[in-house]
Amino acid sequence: MSDLLKLSLAEARDGLRAKSFSSVELTTASVKAIEGARELNAYIVETPEIAAKMATESDARIAKGEGGALEGVPLGIKDLFCTKGVQTTAASKILKGFKPVYESTVTSKLWAAGAVMTGKLNLDEFAMGSSNETSHFGPAINPWRRGNDATKLVPGGSSGGSAAAVAADLVFGATGTDTGGSIRQPASVVGIAGIKPTYGRCSRWGIVAFASSLDQAGPMAKTVKDCAILLREMSGYDPKDSTSVDMAVPDFEAACSRGVKGLRIGVPKEYRIDGVPAEIDALWEQGIAWLKDAGAEIVEVSLPHTKYALPAYYIVAPAEASSNLARYDGVRYGLRAEADDLTEMYERTRAEGFGREVQRRILIGTYVLSAGYYDAYYIKAQKVRTLIAEDFNRAYETCDAILTPASPSPAFGIGEKANDPISMYLNDVYTVTVNLAGLPGIAVPAGLSKDGLPLGLQLIGRAFDEETLFAAGAALERAAGFSAKPAKWWA
Amino acid sequence: MSEATRKAKTIKGETGDWEMVIGLEIHAQVLSKAKLFSGASAEFGAEPNAHVSLVDAAMPGMLPVINEFCVEQAVRTGLGLKAQINKVSVFDRKNYFYPDLPQGYQISQFKNPIVGEGEVTVDMPGGESFTVRIERLHLEQDAGKSVHDMDPRATFVDLNRSGVALMEIVSKPDMRSADEAAAYLKKMREIVRYLGTCDGNMDEGSMRADVNVSVCRPGDYEKFRETGSFKHLGTRCEIKNVNSMRFVAQAIEYESRRQVDLIEGGGVVEQQTRLFDNKNGTTRAMRSKEEAHDYRYFPDPDLLPLELDDGFVERIAASLPELPDAKKARFIGAYGLSAYDAGVLVAEKETAEFYERVAEGRDAKLAANWVTGDFFGALNKDGKSIGESPVSAQSLGELIGLIGDNTISGRIAKDVFAIMYETGDAPSKIVEERGLRQVTDTGAIASAIDEVIANNPAKVEELSKKPKLIGWFVGEVMKKTGGKANPQAVNDLLKAKLGHLLGE
Repeated sequence: MSDLLKLSLAEARDGLRAKSFSSVELTTASVKAIEGARELNAYIVETPEIAAKMATESDARIAKGEGGALEGVPLGIKDLFCTKGVQTTAASKILKGFKPVYESTVTSKLWAAGAVMTGKLNLDEFAMGSSNETSHFGPAINPWRRGNDATKLVPGGSSGGSAAAVAADLVFGATGTDTGGSIRQPASVVGIAGIKPTYGRCSRWGIVAFASSLDQAGPMAKTVKDCAILLREMSGYDPKDSTSVDMAVPDFEAACSRGVKGLRIGVPKEYRIDGVPAEIDALWEQGIAWLKDAGAEIVEVSLPHTKYALPAYYIVAPAEASSNLARYDGVRYGLRAEADDLTEMYERTRAEGFGREVQRRILIGTYVLSAGYYDAYYIKAQKVRTLIAEDFNRAYETCDAILTPASPSPAFGIGEKANDPISMYLNDVYTVTVNLAGLPGIAVPAGLSKDGLPLGLQLIGRAFDEETLFAAGAALERAAGFSAKPAKWWA
Repeated sequence: MSEATRKAKTIKGETGDWEMVIGLEIHAQVLSKAKLFSGASAEFGAEPNAHVSLVDAAMPGMLPVINEFCVEQAVRTGLGLKAQINKVSVFDRKNYFYPDLPQGYQISQFKNPIVGEGEVTVDMPGGESFTVRIERLHLEQDAGKSVHDMDPRATFVDLNRSGVALMEIVSKPDMRSADEAAAYLKKMREIVRYLGTCDGNMDEGSMRADVNVSVCRPGDYEKFRETGSFKHLGTRCEIKNVNSMRFVAQAIEYESRRQVDLIEGGGVVEQQTRLFDNKNGTTRAMRSKEEAHDYRYFPDPDLLPLELDDGFVERIAASLPELPDAKKARFIGAYGLSAYDAGVLVAEKETAEFYERVAEGRDAKLAANWVTGDFFGALNKDGKSIGESPVSAQSLGELIGLIGDNTISGRIAKDVFAIMYETGDAPSKIVEERGLRQVTDTGAIASAIDEVIANNPAKVEELSKKPKLIGWFVGEVMKKTGGKANPQAVNDLLKAKLGHLLGE
């Protein structure tokens, strides 16, 4: 049975359609694997009953020759997406026990396409983190280890549970969200693919907000093609989200077989960063060579404002978060601490309900928006954002996509960076520019570190040109031939 | 009246005269079925929390979507204030914590409001008028309502109002007396009601005002107007949420006197937010400048900048109704009404429309007298609105017509009107049924006169010494004819017959 779980999402989909196996078989295998992998702490809530029901319904539709693009395929959902009747926490104590009466647009679309829900996946609290260690429910664990070293490694973050579940073959795909790298960095450190689409491609309605102008949903899956299949179903205009864009959704899957002949791939010199391990740069060089061999033209480009991206991000994102998280006040839902008066109730609820990292970002955000500092921080950061977007526009005059590393290091040990927020923030160094500019970026598994841990490469595209990313990403994937799997140590 | 001749209200102090300077921020609830950013009903008076959507309750992951009709209403109001319409405006978040503010922020417009500078002409009861400059109009969400008196230990929250669209209309400090401020508020209410953008219902809270008051020495305000520099004015206090014209006037009177007494007693006016207590007509400090919230305004990232295309604004401009000022000018010009009567008639759109239906094709001045006189008098006595009137515009017009073509006299018309008001019958029916048609037959009138003269030789005798006695003869003749004789004909015939005794 568990061999079924080694299939890619595309293969599982095709097998279901061909009735080689049923959704109930596939889902049962997935549910069993999830139960057997609790040591990974990838799930906050498992929903085996819902999964069984949805699988049975899928099989009925398949039997009638009906069904959507994801009919019968088990998926995991990052616990930032509101799911009707199923606890949604954003991995925060403040929302423990919260069951929405509504379903997010993205998950609604997935269910409409026939996908099967297996449960809610772990993440950094309110998606704030790069290691899943800020989760109130404890960190998700990376299925990968450094050879025989039993040190528990982080799965990246914030979509750490999604990354771990897919890498451990528990599900065929998972939803993630990406505000500064939260899909691409974890995908990279667990050896799977993940794409953050263009801002506005997926509806944010029903996704617990972190930083509204940066948040974007996207898929994480074993292959580039699997991501393409998922993204098509997740995308589309939603009148309930004023920032979603009314544009046709292309056939991303078809784009995966286009190849890179004639494509110009930009290599930004500013992404060679001091202090980054040599193996990261080496893999990047290898990626350049692979794409060149596959027929792409390599051009050097310049993104001169890159060094300001991380500081600007850590102003804009906390500023928006400080306001977005004001609604968790103990008044209407979620945690409420007992207190004698209103101010004390607010203070205690938020002190008890939010973890340290979330509190840190609320404080930073409140500070940068306060009178007298707003212009120096927030306005300045917005200007940087404009400059970064202009950098990309200029680069795209001479190239069609940009190749960079996806993460500055392989997975690190739990606790190694937990007390050093700055070094933790540096995990997003290659990815935040993409969010600030609202562009699409894909992480593709490309190789192993000297310790035998996965490393990924990132391709950045023009706004709403995810197709080129799928084309180049699939080419990179083929050239890399990444087939390593973590040795199963859990259960 | 020009700014130069306009006199500010003087406050007599121990150290000399003071003047008051007043600006108003009016919060007008947009007349709309749905709220500003959610589809929930904006209707007043429902059960608590009956009109609350997931967005209004700020559930996780919920997003605001602008209600286009509310935008249209704000633009319509801006055009009615002869104001600049900003083609691009931005929604900002105003951050603060309160239980009736579910999001933890109010979506408002801070730096880039939808409507810029405009002006309003305000008429005073004495017939003079002055101009108030409008600084801006912006759209924002209302908060919910906290109820503190239902339980000794708990506060209850009603979110029905949460998210309802408000227009905040900010004036420049252009009012110089409590009466002017009340008149401005009244005029603003007239305008929004004409436009149909706010029902102006102050009892239900759909219109309320924050009143800014400061005091200065005579001459300082003029310096402020010349230079635009606020250093010439005193420190202002803002009195929050005053919800009637009378209370606005009371609050200003109290607050300006308080400030004068404070300064003259050696104190300093601090910039403060104050509350008006309508039980004793006083104001009290709510929070000082130091305690003022830092609202941490920033553009709401859930909403794109609001961009209006030219066609949108033009379509609204083309559909704008005739506003009170224009209507008043037309009533004066086309109907020959006095400024006062015209002002009274245009104060409410319904009244003006009623009047025009009455006056159509008839003596417009007579119609104005009837509408503002007997008609309003009867309604006021019964506490009825024009919509509840038992006399329709058509009937009242008919009555004016009967006077105009001499079918009945003005005096009989008053009796007919009373019957119309009582029964709702048409005046012609009343006149016919009760035989009230005016007697213009000179033969009949002449014989009545002859009879009176014959029966009262003593009075005839007296007439040459007391010419005023002719009025008595008119009365007797009218009595004889049951009041139906045409008064003009009676006068003419009496003069013909007795004129020689009057020395004519």
